[in-house]
Amino acid sequence: MDKKTVKVNINGADYEVEAGRNVLETCRSVGIEIPHFCYHPDLKVAGSCRMCLVYTGMPARDRATGELLKKEDGSFEIAWMPKPAIACGTNVAENMHIITDSEAVRDCRRSVLEFILLNHPLDCPICDKAGECRLQEYAHAYGREESRYVENKNVKPKKTEVAGKIMLDAERCIQCSRCIRFCNEFIGRSIFGFTKRGSKTEIAVYPEADNDSNYLLNVVDGCPVGALTEKAFRFKMRTWFLKAVDGICAESSAGVNTRVWSREGRIYRITPRENSAVNQTWMSDSGRYVFERFNSENRLSRARIDSSPCELSYAVDRCVEILKLGSVAVVANAWQTLEEQYAAGELAKACGARIFMASHLGEDDGKLVSADRTPNMRGAFLTGLVDSYPGGDLSELAGLVRSGAVKTVLCLRENLRALGFEAKDFKSANIIYCGALENETSASAKVCVPLRSEFEKRGLWVNRQFRVQKFERAVEPPRETIDDLEFLMALLRDFTNASFSIPSVGDVRRVIASKIPQLKDCWNVGPEGLQIDGSAFAEIDFPETDAMHFYKNQHACSKE
Amino acid sequence: MAAEETRIIYGHIGLEGWNASIDKYVSSGGYRILSKTVGRDPQELCAEMLKSNLRGRGGAGFPIGLKWKFIDKKCGKPIYLIANADESEPGTCKDRLIIYQDPHRLIEGMMCAAYAINASHAFIYIRGEYVNGYRVLVNAIEEARSKNYVGKNICGSGYSCELTVCRGAGCYVCGEETGLISSLAGMRAYPRIKPPYFPAVMGLYDCPTVVNNVESLCWVPIVFDKGGEYVSKMGSPADPGTHIWGVSGLVQKPGRYEILSGSCTLGELLHDLCGGPLVGRRFKAVIPGGSSMKVLKWDDKYAVKNADGTESEMRTEDIPLDAVSFQKCGTAIGSCGIIVMDNTIDMVEALANLNQFYAHESCGQCTPCREGTLWMSRITKRICEGWGRREDVELLQSVADNICGRTICALGEGAAWPVQSNVGKFREEYYEKIRRQETVGGQARADNNAYRLI
Repeated sequence: MDKKTVKVNINGADYEVEAGRNVLETCRSVGIEIPHFCYHPDLKVAGSCRMCLVYTGMPARDRATGELLKKEDGSFEIAWMPKPAIACGTNVAENMHIITDSEAVRDCRRSVLEFILLNHPLDCPICDKAGECRLQEYAHAYGREESRYVENKNVKPKKTEVAGKIMLDAERCIQCSRCIRFCNEFIGRSIFGFTKRGSKTEIAVYPEADNDSNYLLNVVDGCPVGALTEKAFRFKMRTWFLKAVDGICAESSAGVNTRVWSREGRIYRITPRENSAVNQTWMSDSGRYVFERFNSENRLSRARIDSSPCELSYAVDRCVEILKLGSVAVVANAWQTLEEQYAAGELAKACGARIFMASHLGEDDGKLVSADRTPNMRGAFLTGLVDSYPGGDLSELAGLVRSGAVKTVLCLRENLRALGFEAKDFKSANIIYCGALENETSASAKVCVPLRSEFEKRGLWVNRQFRVQKFERAVEPPRETIDDLEFLMALLRDFTNASFSIPSVGDVRRVIASKIPQLKDCWNVGPEGLQIDGSAFAEIDFPETDAMHFYKNQHACSKE
Repeated sequence: MAAEETRIIYGHIGLEGWNASIDKYVSSGGYRILSKTVGRDPQELCAEMLKSNLRGRGGAGFPIGLKWKFIDKKCGKPIYLIANADESEPGTCKDRLIIYQDPHRLIEGMMCAAYAINASHAFIYIRGEYVNGYRVLVNAIEEARSKNYVGKNICGSGYSCELTVCRGAGCYVCGEETGLISSLAGMRAYPRIKPPYFPAVMGLYDCPTVVNNVESLCWVPIVFDKGGEYVSKMGSPADPGTHIWGVSGLVQKPGRYEILSGSCTLGELLHDLCGGPLVGRRFKAVIPGGSSMKVLKWDDKYAVKNADGTESEMRTEDIPLDAVSFQKCGTAIGSCGIIVMDNTIDMVEALANLNQFYAHESCGQCTPCREGTLWMSRITKRICEGWGRREDVELLQSVADNICGRTICALGEGAAWPVQSNVGKFREEYYEKIRRQETVGGQARADNNAYRLI
């Protein structure tokens, strides 16, 4: 589809803009922000908040001849609409004139805000949304200083629990209906709805019904005010103390773009980040809590040799010694970043080791949780770690260990005990466990090296669409841990007795870009990600089914 | 010009021995036009309608023929016809009589209209409170179906159209056509945004839909029978046909009067036909077209531009009964429900009553109307309870201005116009009421801060 453009005039300046979009998006694309509450780019237009009112006009035509009327200076005579129009529900047209900053428009905004604030409780000091609340921001920007309202405010239910994870405060609701539309359009059934009429209109949920969904928390992000707040985050932290870092959800190969919000080394919440090619503005609820995997109780925080804690450098040296014994197998995984997978491949090559991987499959919900519950399986294919889709366990490797063909297993992150290894297998081979979490494998491994979680490092993942996406480090890693890439590189250097300084993530990326043709641009991945050509893997049967922005076995540059 | 009624739509009503049965209707020539219509070319029928220049009788006064013309006939979707019988405008009661006493006139009109626009299904959306009207209609439709005037193969023409009656649940906003469509489709009666939900393109079930008022539909057979040109010459040319004026309030003989448009003036209607004010009273104000139209002060004079360009002065009682004349005086005939108020009426109380109605009936979808109507209602209620402040008058006006023109549907205007006109024209009365409260209830007023919220 070729993009057509139209000429519009916004506030007296001419622009050439994409056709077929609404005024609100058009103005945003040229840097003019129009305030809005109910409009959401991924939901149907409701047009109910009336905050985005603007004045529009089209060139006037002569009634008799139908010709465009022109002024003396050649400019169009504009027939302005007598009433303001909603920018979200009005599409741009050729030669449309739009005014977004006149006194009349400001008056519209001021009055709409006044109306919304009439019955809005003054909860800001105790409201979790404060700091990122649209209403608060707009009230500052466009509202009047003082209320003219002397009557009593409406009283509505303040605390309704929704599906055990959301608290609903009907008083704060401004009836934008985003949550209702989200549930109807994305989840596919009604969860929220309005009851009563007029100013008494209340947002409500079906009592005693199953209102749960794995996407329900998106309504919290969508809520422009603090009517819907996430129970897990409620009263935990003021939003302005939090620092947001771009992340990618590790829950599955969907590669949902996220924002990781943290303060002083602690992650408080994960919210979706807009990416119109991947997840729009949504993410699954389960993906919001993946960071809890790495809370301190089950974190592998010290290096260990034969179950006794030791200095990290000793453990690394011990690993090299063990690797030098030969008959090595490397267990890689698809949580590793592209750079780490590449390094693991290089290391395996150096040791003459075979690489084993296990797939982690789950149910595909057809939306943003895909069947492959690892974020970077495509990366393993691209870096050549695997050439066929791995099975669900490592019984082949376990057999090799039992037969004595493999004497050393360098296990990265995977829990071997859950993948076909038995307790006695740990006696018959030297098992090095490197990972961020304690598990049965780490409990009985010969050497344990504490690595970092995906929130403590940066790197690239390739999602199911063959889209390379980068994530940044959100929090400081615990002190006794070592960066995965650094660890693999240290092993490689010491094993080969080479002499080089440990390369940075960027260095490795550049190497990858030069070595792997599909990834030649991976050194420069923007926040939107980079769609690459995966047609080389067309014959591989990936487990993901059709979903949002994805169709089964998508491998080429997607439909766009 | 003596005031007299011209009963066309109400032709049968009040006749000796008349009842709602089909036999009576057929024996008086009913369904004759339908049987002729179904043999004619629908396009020609639509053209007749356009030629008649008839305005819709629901309130907005949109030309019926034009509305039909906008129907997207080529989209391949079924076309629906809906009779808007959700007559819920305060002061309006004209359709009720048609439904209760002459339902077959409506049914014949609907079937003629359905044929002309090639509708596949027709609905009557009747106000929930008209319980008996619903029963009358259901019964009448059964009668008509048994005589083959409704349903399959109407009058042997091969054209089929089902007719269904649907009851509302008592909501003012269902009278708004898109609100009605939402309600009929089983959703909350929220009016829809235009674009994209123009009923003629995306109406009921997202199919092209025509929504016409009951009285408008009753005109259809007359237009088809006598021809558009004939009808267009009835009464004043800009607004042909008759209007059924439902006069309520403080007059001697309130009631419904069908009057040829422009044939008499407001004063003649109220004095001659309705018997004038109650004994010893004077007219003070008139709401001309259902409560949401702007109120007229009885003593006011309006500068009116004549057709030849000259200007003349017109008193309220001299306004001819047609749509254009009322427009010239800054109001509209709406649905022709005249509410008469005399000198015993406190305009603040009257407005408080109206505001309460709109606050109760606002659907709550869009912000200005949802919040503004209740606010205005609370202000007027407060003034009536003795807690008025002088600044409330300006505040009322300002709130109404902020609602007007910024809402999804016309209810915003409907709620704002009465306030704007009432406060504008009777401002002194508001100040007087507030001033009296300040002096008489001085003790209580000292504690005025009780109303101040932080």
